[in-house]
Amino acid sequence: MAHQILIHASTASGMTTVEALVKHPMDSGFVKDKAGKIIPPHYIEVIEFTHAGKVVLTGFWGPAVSKNPFIKFSFKGGKSGDPISVSWVDNKGEKASVSSNIM
Amino acid sequence: MTKTLSMMERSPRRREVLLGAAAGAAALVVAPAVLTGTAQAAVTADAAAYPAKAFAQTTEAAALKIMYGGAPTHSAAVKMNAPDIAENGAVVPVTVDTSMANVTSVALLAIDNPFTMAAAYKIPAGTNPGISSRLKLAKTTKVVSVVQSGGKLYSASKPVKVTLGGCG
Repeated sequence: MAHQILIHASTASGMTTVEALVKHPMDSGFVKDKAGKIIPPHYIEVIEFTHAGKVVLTGFWGPAVSKNPFIKFSFKGGKSGDPISVSWVDNKGEKASVSSNIM
Repeated sequence: MTKTLSMMERSPRRREVLLGAAAGAAALVVAPAVLTGTAQAAVTADAAAYPAKAFAQTTEAAALKIMYGGAPTHSAAVKMNAPDIAENGAVVPVTVDTSMANVTSVALLAIDNPFTMAAAYKIPAGTNPGISSRLKLAKTTKVVSVVQSGGKLYSASKPVKVTLGGCG
């Protein structure tokens, strides 16, 4: 299954702002499908952002995070061209990662 | 003669141009791959670090006790932004921010959701505690933002009216 992650990072006056959009169903386990069967929970548990090998944010998510999650945060430092990467692992053990560069 | 020379000069340049074009095409193929996530980076997210027990709680007090070992005090320094009325409970943008120093963690709780804890973030030194994300709210509920600063817990809350439940 293709797990898409879109990540965009830009730096301005010493702060780097990161925006990420992760493609994931984030099924809570409370919703039934058309046949009335409960869709089992399937959600990202841990998501981590690193800048040049250093962790800049660790997120723990429950099933209450929206489908195809979006997150925006910022950190001090970082310059154009620096590597930035994001990885996640979900409750089924599926994982994905992507790396990009600060704009 | 001059014409022939200029032709000879031109031909390697043309080759360069063609090579450049080929490289450009290759770059075009690679660039979207990097953006859409087929380029693999090391997976640093550690499933073992997940505080599963805190996320399985149905009350604010229990979730925070397990997550942080304490209860927060209300603070005006914790700022949060959420809509007054969410037409679609499945996607409710919530932003938390604080002017406090030494913030080590930020958490978001939806009091009337089946599980109270919605998201928690570990903030390393140098990272801004301001975080925007989107939550699912099952029904009209109070949303609580908790900030851990210098080992102490502070919170702010805001009621969000949900017109269409987003348990999904």
